[in-house]
Amino acid sequence: MSDSPHPPAIEMQDLPVAALRDPSLTLLHEVNWTVQPGEFWVVAGLPHSGKSDLLLHAAGLLAPAAGMCRLFGRDTAELDESQIAERLRVGLTFADAKLFNELSLAENVALPLRYHRNLAETELARTVAGLLELLELTPFAALLPGSVAWVWRQRAALARALVLQPELLLLDNPASGLMTRHRDWLVHFLDELWHGHAFFGGRPLTLVVTTDELRAWQHPGRKFATAQAGNFSVLGAWGGEPFLHNQAVKELLAGTTAKESPVTPVQPLSAPGGPG
Amino acid sequence: MRGNLAKAVEWTNLQRFRHAPLPRSYTDYLGRQLFLLLLTVQGLAAFAMITLGVILKKCRVARPVIQPRIRQEINRAGASLLPMFVFLALALGFLVIGQTVSALAKVGATGYLGSTMVIVVVRELGPLLTAVLVLARVGTANVIELGTARALGEVEALEALGIDPVHYLIMPRVIGMALGVFSLTIYLIIGALVSGCLFTFLTNVPMTPGDYFRQIVDALTWLDFALLALKTIAFGFFIAIVTCYHGLAQPLRLDEVSRVAVRAVTQGIVVCVLIDAIFIVLYLAT
Repeated sequence: MSDSPHPPAIEMQDLPVAALRDPSLTLLHEVNWTVQPGEFWVVAGLPHSGKSDLLLHAAGLLAPAAGMCRLFGRDTAELDESQIAERLRVGLTFADAKLFNELSLAENVALPLRYHRNLAETELARTVAGLLELLELTPFAALLPGSVAWVWRQRAALARALVLQPELLLLDNPASGLMTRHRDWLVHFLDELWHGHAFFGGRPLTLVVTTDELRAWQHPGRKFATAQAGNFSVLGAWGGEPFLHNQAVKELLAGTTAKESPVTPVQPLSAPGGPG
Repeated sequence: MRGNLAKAVEWTNLQRFRHAPLPRSYTDYLGRQLFLLLLTVQGLAAFAMITLGVILKKCRVARPVIQPRIRQEINRAGASLLPMFVFLALALGFLVIGQTVSALAKVGATGYLGSTMVIVVVRELGPLLTAVLVLARVGTANVIELGTARALGEVEALEALGIDPVHYLIMPRVIGMALGVFSLTIYLIIGALVSGCLFTFLTNVPMTPGDYFRQIVDALTWLDFALLALKTIAFGFFIAIVTCYHGLAQPLRLDEVSRVAVRAVTQGIVVCVLIDAIFIVLYLAT
């Protein structure tokens, strides 16, 4: 464990990223990556490039086969049930939401709170209702995940990850399959979380987002990395020198910016600058 | 002709076949099946120990979440099956017990009625029939539900939320099924004995209901009650373990779920018969 009072939120050194379904399969070789508290990282890569499994390693759900992975200074290989408080500092949403199908959206959101916090039902109901309203989920609260549109399932998954007020939020391809309006809402909401949302007491969050569509995430304050062909490359801020020569960036931008320069400075979708 | 006879003798020479190497695919198949069986037994034993550890260690953890789930499982593996078991008890009483009583009365062996009923209904038929029916009705659903949950990644979602999947998904099912099999067996035995008694009245067997029940009560010992409780709880526990193990312990694809459900039911029946055999040895030893 690190002795620093503010250790990095995520620290990976020479970490091979294995696949969840087949741990013998290495998707990314020797990942070296540090996420400091208050940073907003976007990890871009084509489908099946290992982004999702990278997040599972970062969240401590996959034990490193070699190298080192630390979460708030604590080795994820040593995280066990006695350190559940450390685990709960991380919120994770999956690319396919992975809501519990037999529970309504409200019950899905309430589950972690009910399991980990000994709250009175009224207080629990108030917290969940507030979060559902924040994410515009109130009309769908009593519905099962199978009976609502994809965007609301994705938002319910986000609410479920946020309900325990984590310090680090990992989102696996959260903008996938969203219409522009919902995608813009999401990016704006995540920016608010990054700066510190009033609902969570104004405390800034550290965010890591994976994507296979880069343009939505262009922002001068965010940091970028790519996962491609087994290699994890840290690019830093948008538009920097590494962007111009990165093959993954060219491929990810090719579909949407075929007639533009691969890297074009754009106006951010929300207030520029980050807390860190 | 002589050549053919020599060939026939040669062909029927079993020694030659005994020492001949077996076809490689055949030995491979047997070895693989044996190895898979050992691995399954090892996996089931480990899963049972882990589940037992979680039940003992986390019985007071997250009660607002777990207790309703336990109640739901008791309802599913017990109360909701009650109508089917009432019907089954009536059928068992009319078809088996009534006829047995009639047959015993015809040969003047009504003195053996109590011990026969205790052995057939209380010790064997009641618990085993209940276990097999609960396995078919609830165990299959367990495998399908858990297999689907596993295939859809709900286990990873639970882990991401800091929730132990064994605590959340397995523990309520194991407790619910153990209590469900125990309760349903009691109801089945009582129902079958009562309906059997009713049948004896209808068929004019020269025996009063008082004599019928007195003989059964006289034949029952404290050991029957103790072993019945142990046996039914063991049935419920291991049916839940086998079905949950197959549904949850290994990563599955959606198309594998139905195949795994069939395998789990088959293994569940084998496990029930093995447990029954162990209890027969216990009965005989005491």
